Amino acid sequence: MTPTPVTETSVGKALPTPSERPLLTTVTIGLLALVLLAVPVYASMAGDPHVLTISSRILVFALAALGLNIALGFGGMVSMGHSMYLGLGAYLVVLLHTAGVDSGWLQLIAIVAITAVIATAVGWVALRTHGIAFIMITLAFAQLFYYLFVSLKSYGGDEGMRLEQLSDFGVLTGNRTALYYALLACLGAAAYGTYRLVGARFGLVLRASRINERRVSAVGTHALPYRLTAYVLSAMVCAVAGFFLANLTGFVSPAYLEWTVSGELIVMVVLGGVGTIIGPIVGAIGLLLLEEVLKAWTEHWPMVLGPLIILMVLGLRRGLWSMLPVPNHDSADVTQKERP
Amino acid sequence: MTPLLSVRGLVKRYGALLVTDGVDLDISKGEIHAVIGPNGAGKTTLINQIHGEVRSDAGTILLAGKDVTSRTVYQRARAGLGRSYQITSVLPEFSVLENVLLAVQAVQGHNFHFWRPVTQTPALVEAADRFLALVGLLEVRRRTAGLLSYGQQRQLELAMTLAIEPKVLLLDEPMAGLGASETQEMTQVLQGLSSHYAVLLVEHDMHAVFALADRLSVLVYGKVVFCGKPDDVRESAVVREAYLGDEEIPA
Amino acid sequence: MTLTLFFIQLLNGLQLGMMLFLMAAGLTLVFGIMNFINLAHGSLYMMGAYFAALAYGVTDSFFLSLLAAVLGMFVLAVLLDRIALAHLYRRDHLDQVLATFGLILFANGAVRLFWGSAPLYMEAPDWLSQSVSVMGINYPTYRIAIIVVGLLVALGLHLLIDRTRVGMLIRAGASNRTMVAALGINIGWLTTFIFALGAALAGLAGAMAGPILSIQPGMGEPILILTLIVIVIGGIGSIRGALLGALVVGVVDTLGRAVLPALLFQLFDPTVAAAVGPAIASVGVYVLMAAVLALKPEGLFPVQHA
Repeated sequence: MTPTPVTETSVGKALPTPSERPLLTTVTIGLLALVLLAVPVYASMAGDPHVLTISSRILVFALAALGLNIALGFGGMVSMGHSMYLGLGAYLVVLLHTAGVDSGWLQLIAIVAITAVIATAVGWVALRTHGIAFIMITLAFAQLFYYLFVSLKSYGGDEGMRLEQLSDFGVLTGNRTALYYALLACLGAAAYGTYRLVGARFGLVLRASRINERRVSAVGTHALPYRLTAYVLSAMVCAVAGFFLANLTGFVSPAYLEWTVSGELIVMVVLGGVGTIIGPIVGAIGLLLLEEVLKAWTEHWPMVLGPLIILMVLGLRRGLWSMLPVPNHDSADVTQKERP
Repeated sequence: MTPLLSVRGLVKRYGALLVTDGVDLDISKGEIHAVIGPNGAGKTTLINQIHGEVRSDAGTILLAGKDVTSRTVYQRARAGLGRSYQITSVLPEFSVLENVLLAVQAVQGHNFHFWRPVTQTPALVEAADRFLALVGLLEVRRRTAGLLSYGQQRQLELAMTLAIEPKVLLLDEPMAGLGASETQEMTQVLQGLSSHYAVLLVEHDMHAVFALADRLSVLVYGKVVFCGKPDDVRESAVVREAYLGDEEIPA
Repeated sequence: MTLTLFFIQLLNGLQLGMMLFLMAAGLTLVFGIMNFINLAHGSLYMMGAYFAALAYGVTDSFFLSLLAAVLGMFVLAVLLDRIALAHLYRRDHLDQVLATFGLILFANGAVRLFWGSAPLYMEAPDWLSQSVSVMGINYPTYRIAIIVVGLLVALGLHLLIDRTRVGMLIRAGASNRTMVAALGINIGWLTTFIFALGAALAGLAGAMAGPILSIQPGMGEPILILTLIVIVIGGIGSIRGALLGALVVGVVDTLGRAVLPALLFQLFDPTVAAAVGPAIASVGVYVLMAAVLALKPEGLFPVQHA
C-alpha cells in the first residue's frame, strides 16, 4: 500500500528547512561571498574593468532569479513572464526621469511601488487559473508589455534607447564599483529576506500550497492571498534587478522583456536548485558563465545550449546546489537525502 | 441538544446520474455516526459535499446551527469542520511538526508573518506538540513526513485534522490500508476522542465500524435506506439485501 | 474607414483566425489530453515553413510543398515523441517548460545554421496569385484559399472527432484522461497520434504562411503566443473553443490594428493618438484575454470534465 502519491518532479524531494544548515553549506556560502566581494578588487588590480561589468551583469540576473525563486521555487508558480518585471524596472528609470524624478532613491521606491501595483493586477488575473493555463497567461502578459514598450516610439521603440541620465546617487552616480557592491548588498538582503520568509508562517503556507493546495484549504487557510503576495514580492525583486540593469548598461530595450529572458531565469532557478535559497545565485552564475563560454566558441551557441537544458531537465533533478549533502531531519549524520 | 452537523435533502447529479439522492443526517456532539454502503453508493461524494469540495445541487448543510451550504472548503474549516482523507494527504516534504503547525497556525489569526520562524513560535509549537502526543507521534516530530511508515502517516493525517480544533470530524476511511494492530490503535484513539466531537465516519472495515459507531446510516445508490443503532442494522432485512455479496456484516 | 475597407480587414481577420485555428486545434488537444505544455509548437510551424520552401525550390509544385510540410512534420513529431518527449509526459510542467524551451533554442539555432538568419521568401503559385473582386476591391485569392483550407480542416476534424473511433477516444481522453488509460486502451499510440496530428496542422499553417509572411528563425514564437491566447480564451482541450477563439482573436487583432488608430485620431488630439494608438492596437487581444479570464477562467467553451 503506497503512502502519498509520488510524482516525478525536479523539485527537491525533501527540502532542507532553513533552521538546519550543515557546516558545509555555511562554509560554501562563505566562500562564495568572499569570491563575490573580491571581484572589484581583482578587477582593479588586473586593470580589467570588463570583469567587473560581466560580474555585475551576473549579479543582476542572480537577483532576478532570486526574485523568481520566491514565486517559482517556493510557491510552485511557473511564471514564464518574469522578464516583464525586469524590463519594467529598467524602463521605469527612463520613464521616471521623463517625469522629473532623477534621485536614485526616489526612483527605487517608485519602481517598487509601481511594480507592486502592476504585479497585483497581473497576478490576480493569472492566479485565477492553474497549471498550463497559468504558464500561458504569464507568458502572454509579458508579451503584452513587450509590445507595449516596442510601441513607445519616443523611448526608442524596438531598438531601445540610451539613458539620458543615470539614477542620481550623488557622488556615487555612475560609479561601477559602487554599483557592484550595491547589487551585492541587495542580493544578500534578498537572500536573507527569502530565508526568513520561507521559515515564517507565511512561508509555511506558501510551500504547502505548492505541494497540496487542497490540504491548505482543508485546514482553513485560503491559499490565494498568500500566493498572490509571493508573486508580487518576486516581481518587486525582479524590478529592482531591472533598475540595476538599466544603470549598469546605460540602456533600456524591449529585449529585456523577451520571453527568452523569462526562460533563462527559469533555467537559472532550476539549475541552481528549485526551492533552495542560494540555488538561484549559483544557477545564474552557472548559466551566464556557460553562455559566455559557448558564445566564444561558436555563433551557433543556442544549438548547444538548448540540448544542454534538455539534458539538465532529464538528468540533473535537484539542481547544482542540492548536490551538497544535507542531513536527514532527525539524525546528525550527513547523508544524501533520498526519497523512499 | 442541537446536532453539530445537520444535513437535509442533499442532492448531487453528474449529468443524468443521480449520485446523492436526498440525504438527511444529524450528528450530535459525542456521537460517532458511521455511513456504510456497498461500493459506488456515493459515500465519497457525500463526504465531499459536506466538506465543500463538491458543490451540491440541492439541500442544506448546517454546522453548529450555521448554514454553510454555500461556503468554501476553507470557510467551513474555520467554522469547525475537519476532514481526514482516504488517500493520505500529508505534506511529504515537510517535517511531521511542520505538517501539524500548518494546521495549528491556520486557526490562530492570519499568517502574513514574514520574519519569525514558525518553529520558534512557542504558542504554535506547544499546540502542535499536544496533537502529536495525542496520536503518538511526538518522538518523530522532526522526521520528514514522507519517510514515515504508512500507519504513522495516517496518524499524522488525523493529527492535522484535529489540530484545527474542529467541532465536527469527517473521517474518510481512516483505517484504509492499516494492518490489524494499527487498526486497533486507531480505533482506540478514535474512541478516546469521540466525546469532544461529532464524528461522521465512512469506513469499509466492519469490525471497526461496529466497535465505534453509535449510529449507522446505510447508503445505497445515494439514498439512506436505513438509519439506526448497530444492532438494528444487523437485524435489518433491507440492509442484508443491499449488502448481499458485497461485504460481510459480523454476526 | 469605409465599409469596403472594413470588410477587407474582416476577411484578413478571418484569414489570420484560420491560421491560428490550425495552430490551436492540435495544441489544445496536447494541453488538454496529454497535460503536456509544448512551447515548441511554434518551432513546428517554423519547420513546416522551411520544409515547404525547400520542397518548393526542388519540385516547383505548391501542392507538393504543402504535402511535404504536413507529412514531414507528422513524421518528425512521431520521432520526437517516441525518442525524446515520451519521457516528459510524466514530468511536471516546470520540466516540460524547460525542455521545450531548450527545443526552441535548438530549433531556431538549427534553422539559422542551415538557412542563415536572412528571411526566405516563398512565392504563391500563379493559380493562387490572382485577385478576386470583393465589394469593388481586389482581394488576393491566396488569402481566400487559406480561409477555405481552414474551414476544410475544421470540417475534417469535426468528422474525425465526432464520427470515428479515434475521435471518440480523443473526446474521452479530453474529459477523463486516467479513465481512458484504465480502460486498457493503449494511451501511448493515441498520444503519439494527437501530438503528430497537431504537428502536421502546425506544419500546414507554416507552409501556407510562407507566401504571405517572411520565413525566418524565430518566426514561430509570435504566433505561438497568439495561439496560447486563443486556447486560453477558447478553453483548454476544446476544439470548438479553438475554432471560435481563433476567429475572435484573428478578427479582434486585425480590426484592432486597422481600426483603432484611425478611431483614436477621430476622437483625440493627433499627438495623443499617434503615441497611444499603436500601443493599444497591439495589446487589444491581451486585454480581451484578461477580460475573459477575469470573468470565465476556464475559457468560453470549456470541455466538460468527468
